[in-house]
Amino acid sequence: MPIRDLANPTRFLAFSGRLLPWLWAASAVGLAVGLYLGLYVAPADFKQGDMVRIMFIHVPFAWLSMACYGVMAIAALGTLVWRHPLADVLQKSAAPIGAAFTFLALVTGSLWGKPTWGTYWVWDARLTSVLILFIIYLGLIALWQAVEDPGKAARAAAILTLVGTVNLPIIKFSVDWWNTLHQPASVFRLDGPTIDPSMLWPLLIMALAMTILFAALLVMAMRNEILRRRVRAMQIVAAGG
Amino acid sequence: MIAALLAIAGQTARLQLRSGGGALVGLVFFLAVVVIIPFGVGPDLNLLSRIGPAILWIAALLATLLGLDRLFQDDRVDGSLDLLHLSGHPLELIVLAKAAGHWLATGLPLVVAAPFLGLLLAIEPLALGAVTLTLLAGTPALTLVGTVGAALTTALGRGGLLIAVLVLPFAIPVLIFGVSAAASVIVGPAPFLPPFLILVALSLISAVVAAVAGAAALRAGLD
Repeated sequence: MPIRDLANPTRFLAFSGRLLPWLWAASAVGLAVGLYLGLYVAPADFKQGDMVRIMFIHVPFAWLSMACYGVMAIAALGTLVWRHPLADVLQKSAAPIGAAFTFLALVTGSLWGKPTWGTYWVWDARLTSVLILFIIYLGLIALWQAVEDPGKAARAAAILTLVGTVNLPIIKFSVDWWNTLHQPASVFRLDGPTIDPSMLWPLLIMALAMTILFAALLVMAMRNEILRRRVRAMQIVAAGG
Repeated sequence: MIAALLAIAGQTARLQLRSGGGALVGLVFFLAVVVIIPFGVGPDLNLLSRIGPAILWIAALLATLLGLDRLFQDDRVDGSLDLLHLSGHPLELIVLAKAAGHWLATGLPLVVAAPFLGLLLAIEPLALGAVTLTLLAGTPALTLVGTVGAALTTALGRGGLLIAVLVLPFAIPVLIFGVSAAASVIVGPAPFLPPFLILVALSLISAVVAAVAGAAALRAGLD
C-alpha cells in the first residue's frame, strides 16, 4: 500500500487500527527492557552514584520534546503547502503530547539538578530555551482552542509553529554557544559518543522505546481527532436537517 | 506604491493616536508599571539604579503588547482589510507599513518617555542614554513580533490575552540582548556594542519574519 493512500482518513483509521497494538506492545517491551537495563544492569556513576539513572528517562523526554516539535513543523508545512487535512490533525494532536514530554523533561531535569547542582532551577541557556519551548507549546494549544473553524485554526497554528522552529537550534546548540551549567552533548557528537557503552545502550533502548510510545500516543490522538471531526460534521448535518 | 504604503502607515498611526484607549493609554500604562515596581522591591536607590534598565524594558514590552489586538481587528471589522488585500499591493509590505505606523504611535512615545522615567529610577546619565538607545533599536522588534500575533488572532475577534501568550516567548531574545546591552554600561565590564548589534539584527530579522508570517496569517484568516 503506497503511503499516499493513508491520506484518506478512512484508510488511515483502518491502517492505524491494525498498527496500534504492535506499537503499544513494542513500546511496552522496549520500556521494560530499557528500564531493567537502566535501573539494574547499568553501573552507578563514579560521582553521582545511583542518581545518574534519572538520565534514562530525562534524556529521552528531552529528545522527544524537540522531535515532536520537528514533526509538528513538518506537518505545518503539509498544512500550508498541500492543505492536507491529515496534517492539520497531526499538528493538533501532537501539541499536547509535545507539551507533556517537555514538561516531564523539565521536571525530571530539575529533580536531577537538586542533588547534583544543588538547585532545582538555574536560568542557564539550555533550561531557559526548553522552558520557552514549553510556553510555545502551551501557546499553540491555546491558539487551537481559540479558533473555532478547524481549517483556519490549522493554518494559524502552522504559521506560529514555523516561526517557533527558530527555538530548536537554539536549544540544541545552547550548550555549545553559552557557558551553561547543563552539560554539553555527549551522545550525538562528530567524534562519537563520550558516554560509556554500558550506559549508552540502555539509553538508546529507552530512547527508541519512548519514541515508539510517542508514536503510539500520537496515532491514538489523531484517531480521536478524526472521529471528533466526524462527530462534529454529523452534528452540523443533524442540526441543519 | 510608496505613497500608498506611507498613507497606510500614517493612517495607522493617526488612528492609534486619536482613538480613545489607544496609544496614549499605552504610555500611561508604561508610566504605571515603572512607578509600581519601586513599591514592590522597595525604594532603595542603589538597587533601583541597577535593575532600572530591566524595569524600563519589561514595562516597554508589556506596554507594546497592549494595543496590538486592534492592529488588524478594526480593519477587518469595517472591511478595509479586504480592500487592502484586493488593492494589488503585496500584503507583506502592507503588514510592514501597518507595523511601522503602529510603532510610530505606540513604540516611539515609549522611547521618548524612557529617559524621564529613568530619572525616577535613579539611572546614571550615561546609562540612561544607553537604555534609551537600546529601546530605540529594540522596540521595533517587539512591535514586529507582536504584529505576527495580531495577524494570527485577527480572525478571532478577541485576541487580547492570547496575543500576549503567543508573543511573549519570541520577545525573550529581544529582552535579553536589550537589557544586557544597557546593563553593560552600568555594571558590566562587558562591552556595549556586541549585544547592541545583536539587538539591531533581531529588529531587522523580525521585520522579515513579521512581513512573511504576518501576511500568511492574514491570508489564512481571510475567507
